[in-house]
Amino acid sequence: MFDSIAFILGTTLMYSTPLIFTALGGTISENAGVTNLGLEGMMTIGAFVGAAVGFIAGNPWIGFLAAGIAGGVLALFHALASVTFKADQVVSGIAINFIGPGLALFLSRVLFKGSTDTPPLSLDKKIPRPLNGLFPDNSFLDSVLNQYWTVYIAFFLVFAVWFLLYHTRFGLRLRACGEHPRAADTLGINVGLVQYVAVCLSGLLAGFGGAAMSVAVVANFRPALISGQGFIAIAAMIFGKWKPQGAMWACLLFGAAQGLVIFLGRSDIQSVIPIPSEILSMIPFILTLIILITFVGKAVAPSADGIPYDKESE
Amino acid sequence: MQQRVEILKTLYRGADILILDEPTAVLTPQEIEDLIKIIRNLTAEGKTVIIITHKLKEIKAAADYCTIIRRGKRIDTVRVDGVSEHELAAMMVGREVNFSVNKEKQACGDCVLQIENLVVRDNRGLPAVKGLSLNVNRGEILGLAGVDGNGQRELVEAITGLRRAESGSVSVNGADVTNDTPREVLDAGMSCIPEDRQRRGLVLDYSVAENFILETYAEAPYSKRGILDREAIGKHAGELIAKFDVRPPDGKHKAGSLSGGNQQKVIIAREVSNDPDLLIASQPTRGLDVGAIEFVHQSLVEQRNRDKAVLLVSLELDEIMDLSDRIAIIYEGKIVGIVDAKDADEKAIGLMMAGGTVRHE
Amino acid sequence: MSNGAPATVDLQELGVSRKKVSPLVLTLLSVFFGLVIGGIVLAVAGYDPFKAYWVILVGTFSRPKYIAYTVIYATPLIITGLSFAFANKTGLFNIGAEGQFIIGAIAAAVLGYYLHLPPVLHVLACLLVGMVAAAVWGGLAGYLKARFGVHEVISTIMLNWIALYLNNYVVSVIKTAEHLTNPTTPMIRSSARIELFAVWKDSAAGQAWRGVHPFWDDILRTPFNLGIVFALVFAVVVWFILNRTTLGYELRAVGYNRFAAEYGGINVKRSMFFSMAIGGALAGAAGVCHVLGWTRYIAELAASEGYGFDGLACALIGSSNPFGCILGGLLFGTLKYGGSKIQNELGAPTEIINIVIGMIVFFVAMPKLMSLLINQFRRGENHVR
Repeated sequence: MFDSIAFILGTTLMYSTPLIFTALGGTISENAGVTNLGLEGMMTIGAFVGAAVGFIAGNPWIGFLAAGIAGGVLALFHALASVTFKADQVVSGIAINFIGPGLALFLSRVLFKGSTDTPPLSLDKKIPRPLNGLFPDNSFLDSVLNQYWTVYIAFFLVFAVWFLLYHTRFGLRLRACGEHPRAADTLGINVGLVQYVAVCLSGLLAGFGGAAMSVAVVANFRPALISGQGFIAIAAMIFGKWKPQGAMWACLLFGAAQGLVIFLGRSDIQSVIPIPSEILSMIPFILTLIILITFVGKAVAPSADGIPYDKESE
Repeated sequence: MQQRVEILKTLYRGADILILDEPTAVLTPQEIEDLIKIIRNLTAEGKTVIIITHKLKEIKAAADYCTIIRRGKRIDTVRVDGVSEHELAAMMVGREVNFSVNKEKQACGDCVLQIENLVVRDNRGLPAVKGLSLNVNRGEILGLAGVDGNGQRELVEAITGLRRAESGSVSVNGADVTNDTPREVLDAGMSCIPEDRQRRGLVLDYSVAENFILETYAEAPYSKRGILDREAIGKHAGELIAKFDVRPPDGKHKAGSLSGGNQQKVIIAREVSNDPDLLIASQPTRGLDVGAIEFVHQSLVEQRNRDKAVLLVSLELDEIMDLSDRIAIIYEGKIVGIVDAKDADEKAIGLMMAGGTVRHE
Repeated sequence: MSNGAPATVDLQELGVSRKKVSPLVLTLLSVFFGLVIGGIVLAVAGYDPFKAYWVILVGTFSRPKYIAYTVIYATPLIITGLSFAFANKTGLFNIGAEGQFIIGAIAAAVLGYYLHLPPVLHVLACLLVGMVAAAVWGGLAGYLKARFGVHEVISTIMLNWIALYLNNYVVSVIKTAEHLTNPTTPMIRSSARIELFAVWKDSAAGQAWRGVHPFWDDILRTPFNLGIVFALVFAVVVWFILNRTTLGYELRAVGYNRFAAEYGGINVKRSMFFSMAIGGALAGAAGVCHVLGWTRYIAELAASEGYGFDGLACALIGSSNPFGCILGGLLFGTLKYGGSKIQNELGAPTEIINIVIGMIVFFVAMPKLMSLLINQFRRGENHVR
């Protein structure tokens, strides 16, 4: 029993982490008034670059950083379209979701002899686990807390983003741009610049999120690695009411559902309660839907979210 | 008193030039006087003040010089004490404007709109209309005077079925329409010129012809068995365009490409052609030039003269004083007084608009 | 949200010129720039872009068979594109075509095998059930939006995943029931097939006929099917519903300005439901056509196949116009089918196609940039004169 709880908690933390990074990214961007539906694409390019650079450099941290930069660069395109050229932000995001995975697979084939999977990182070349060996093997604390660095970084970033948004001048400006860009503009805030920074930060975080998958949870990049997690992160952000701590709880919930699925899918559990794996796999998504139905009605997006700010228009 | 706060904030920042864009919409007549006094003091101190306004009275009261712009072009700059309001208006519109509204006296008929103890909440869930009762009769224009944000918007939305009423009742010609759908309210004989014509009144991406059938698209002759009859729609558009002088006179133009005045003409044409027993006009002249205002006013009076009921909701006290047969004053979601227009006194109404006593800031 | 159409941009508003740029020009230019950027990426990666595009061109148009395949590739995308475009006209962003497609495909595969009906009836039964099931799937998202305010992008993404696992569940159940070795459903009955002359073309008589008609023989080598006819019919139907019916009037009014629609007495919530349900039915039809016309069975899926998203791109490229969807679908079909050949011929990754498509959509999203570029070009021209 205790074992099972530890197992579920451990997998929850592990699976929530990539989502938390990405959902935080979404939170920043949308609070600045730019919808970022391209998180999926940014996450995918991050996952690829993280694994590829990590493999080539032989150091997961370099890969992790490169992943963030790659996500940020892709986000720069989104910012260019959304902020400078007042593009339809949703459409631009969709475009990013074609470009990101396309580029990731393209580069993978070019760099790794036509393969869409990057070569696996050896165990010691993955992101390390800071608390490894601190607790006895397979003890409760070991199963729960013996996590990759990325897990701790993600939770630290929740705090950091919360602090940034609600306790710094930049955060106040950023939120002003999302709520009322015209007012922000009149007060001398450079709305465009703030939005550029916010979108690029969101790409950076989504890139980290992808890498948290490819160099920590697993050890390489493959085509279906990210499929859909960027969108789930967006759902988490909405469910979290566009707040970093809210997004974190939503991601944890989704991670917990995922953990439960893996737990229920274990052969020892299946022998007791046999549930078809396909039905099990639906659980997180059905759960998310139910939660959205129950709570989301009350959530309110930043007023000017998704609307390009145009100085000239009324 | 947000307006005053904004102004004070600007002053606090030590500005030398103060630009006020339509600063009086949310003020009572007394407060407007106060504001003009403040402006006068500022100019006496050597500050520069630019007021952008469409109210000629304010220009006369506050400004030294006045620049008239029309369609993005500067027409003239004149010393204010050298011109009359009539001359200013003529420059704004480019032709002579007739200010006086031709309104015959007539006896009021039966009650068309009856509102009783209506309670409505605003977007934040706070009560905005707090037990309001009001009657509007056939053959009269009832003007609802009040400072912006005293529940007018919520009241109109609740009557027209766009917002849920918490309690109380609304009836049209004796039939209860409380919390009916907008469709049912329309069918009960109520039409509305909405406050925000671009957001509520028009589908800007639809052509003028398509906008004309916004409420009647599902009825013959505009559609039969679910299929639109484009010929009938076009013909209808042609008639209304001619009758209401919409420019450009082509139903195929998108409503969004029309000027504000012509957009309002499209809405009025549509609403009046429904032949409603009750016409609600919510801020019907906001943002229009003097020429278009003249047209809107005539249309409202014409409805009244045809023995229909008109509820005019406006922030412009002058407009209400000119057009109404009776004037109801709304303050904090309640009617605080109803006066006959012929013995209405601007000062008294202004006082009631501010709650009857000195306002606490 | 968006209406996806690259709106005409008034250049005067940009302070440059008076001329308006038509949406068609904007789209064509976007396609051009998408191809250019794709070429640059190829060049940087060390492949000859001209050769790559040449391979695509030859690989799609040089033989009747290739053209047939291009059309086969395009068919589901055109229909899912219509699905997206339809909902988009109501201001909804139907990312759920993916899942609705799967639902339609499941219905087709199951009914195509288990039902025993005469040929035409069998097809119609599959199509009807598939469309209704997918309409429910799509309508559910519409209902959640109307009733609970759940954003359709989020709910449809969840429904996509649920549909995917439902697909796998159905496959595994049928696989066990029918004692199959592979994780697929059995092939559908020939009465349900919509492939052109599916049975006859392999018969002795068919073979003999094909021997003397090389052109048709080449086409009949492919699973060329009636799907494209359905797609064209759907395009016309969608256009008609949107532009000529009161339902279309309501839906578009809601899409352009839901507040005005509400004020005009249109039931906004009902419109959202209908819009998503009809969009769902269309995507479901795409799934049905795909199974009845081409694959003939459904298999276990590891990740979504992307028909919904690809169709979405087609619709965006086609300005969410029903006929634009056909062109967008054919363009996408060309790139996808032709692009699959550059791997063999040049060793260049086919994923370049996704980059090209993404770039095209990206440019389509920025009519302002396109107009500026056109204007720069025009100004340059004037200087020369």
